[in-house]
Amino acid sequence: MGYLLNENNFNDVIQEWQKDYLIYAPKKMLGEGMYSDTDITRYAAINDISEIEWEKKSDFSFKEVLLPLSETLFYYTEGTVKEAEANRKSGAVIFLRSCDLHAVKRLDEIYLRNGYEDFYYQRLRANVRFLVIGCSATYDNCFCVSMGTNHIDSYDAGLTINDGLFHINSHWEEMNPLFSRCSQKEAEVVIPFVTSNQINVKVPENLSIAVNSASLWKEYDSRCINCGRCNFVCPTCTCFTMQDIFYTDNGKAGERRRVHASCMVDGYTDMAGGGSYRKKNGDRMRFKVMHKVYDYKKRNGYHMCVGCGRCDDVCPEYISFSHCVNRLEDAMKEVTGNE
Amino acid sequence: MSKNEYTPFLSEILEVKKHTELEYTFRLSFNGDVRPGQFFEVSLPKFGEAPISVSGMGDGYVELTIRKVGKVTNEIFELYKGNTLMMRGPYGNGFDVEDYKDKELIIIAGGTGVSPVRGVIEYFHKNRTQVKDMTVITGFKSPSFVLFQEDLKNWNDNMKLILTVDKEDDTPSDVCENTKELPAYQVGLVTQYIPAIKVKSKTDTAILVVGPPMMMRFTVQGLLKEGYPEENIWISHERKMCCGIGKCGHCKIDDVYVCLDGPVFPYTKGRLLVD
Repeated sequence: MGYLLNENNFNDVIQEWQKDYLIYAPKKMLGEGMYSDTDITRYAAINDISEIEWEKKSDFSFKEVLLPLSETLFYYTEGTVKEAEANRKSGAVIFLRSCDLHAVKRLDEIYLRNGYEDFYYQRLRANVRFLVIGCSATYDNCFCVSMGTNHIDSYDAGLTINDGLFHINSHWEEMNPLFSRCSQKEAEVVIPFVTSNQINVKVPENLSIAVNSASLWKEYDSRCINCGRCNFVCPTCTCFTMQDIFYTDNGKAGERRRVHASCMVDGYTDMAGGGSYRKKNGDRMRFKVMHKVYDYKKRNGYHMCVGCGRCDDVCPEYISFSHCVNRLEDAMKEVTGNE
Repeated sequence: MSKNEYTPFLSEILEVKKHTELEYTFRLSFNGDVRPGQFFEVSLPKFGEAPISVSGMGDGYVELTIRKVGKVTNEIFELYKGNTLMMRGPYGNGFDVEDYKDKELIIIAGGTGVSPVRGVIEYFHKNRTQVKDMTVITGFKSPSFVLFQEDLKNWNDNMKLILTVDKEDDTPSDVCENTKELPAYQVGLVTQYIPAIKVKSKTDTAILVVGPPMMMRFTVQGLLKEGYPEENIWISHERKMCCGIGKCGHCKIDDVYVCLDGPVFPYTKGRLLVD
């Protein structure tokens, strides 16, 4: 069903939702950007629809709502272990774009289906609703069309803004009476999705691990500074590292946390006793790129990368992931000698 | 609600056996199914968790051979009998003894790589008639690094056993307590002894190779050169792991999660894994 709401109407809906849900949306954080006097768009809980950044692509994704940057798993005191409570006990409504809702499927794949179901993820994932903001135009560095993530129907509600009114297409039946009550009028609503981007990528059909020996990876040895920002902004990166901390006041008590990890950053593969793998940044780049457009698909049947382009937006060395993917065809020719 | 797989359980340290200055075997209380080659995430609050492979098992216990090389393992050495450790697991596939039955079994292991295969050797030592023949080659850095000395003496009675060290100790052996009663050993790399392995039929073998990456690489090369079919070889990988259950990503190689799909791999699969 479709509903047309003005800002006040939408805030009434938000107020109603807040009884059961926290509302997360991209929000402009003034002055918090990468350089002085620049802003950043990150996810935060909002109370009012005017807080939402509608125009800019968010620099960070919604990911932290489901996978906090740092999450306490349990507290311990001597021999006892006490499970940490969830940092969010209510449900959540997340405003996000099509590519990001596609990314949720990737997070679910790893945390719910790859091996054991993850208790902590499942706890935050339960009772989360997704409100997809339509994309009328493509953003810089996006290549969602190439990755097939530009369009999605499996949202709880779709949203687009026209003539100052919020047009909502609801699949969330239990909320329909609320939408109806708060709307100016009911009408057919079509959520716009982009059908072309400025950037297109092509993952070669013959891509195989043979490409590991191609020369292009070496270029990243010196260019990449292994800061890991590409991983932290990626909505599909799921890696974490365990961390134990203990309290300085009471050395017998502490907590175990998991914190986001990056396969680009030193120490990712280090084992006790000194063993480690992929010491060169080019090898790390190769590992990441191949995971996003090759081996994840081999395991799960679809590509991991959703083409949001945030990794390109954030890279301080102007390394372009999409450009790298587009070089794979030549790299395959190089290694198979078909030039 | 799904089960919280991250919460460790307390396990009592029943017995501690010192092999070398750096390597001890801890016998820990555990009830449940476990296979050799599987691993536990062993943890000490404050210091973290580390994946440790199972080196032995029995009624109500598992044995973990732990090397003092990191902040978790260093701390474990401060604990002794009567104390407790926290564990979760077992994880990973482990070795399946069914795969090796009625074959000529060859096991080549280096250093702490002996731990994951110790359970396999023990099993066939007790059930020797279940394999046609059995050759075990164990290699260590030097006499003072030899693990499982008592086992090596026991195993000798019904299998072909070669104990080798890469080189003699730099310091006189009498400074190392554990070299006093070493069983007979040879000096040289494990690969030197591959050509001398006697089997009736190379195609009728099952071969386990476990050890440091370089040792596994050259050992497999040596085996292939001697004409052993690669389908008969199994290897076990070791990687950093923070979860053991397919989430943290650290152990992923290509489309494989060492913690879920391994750590034991048929060589035909394992050889394709490039980090």
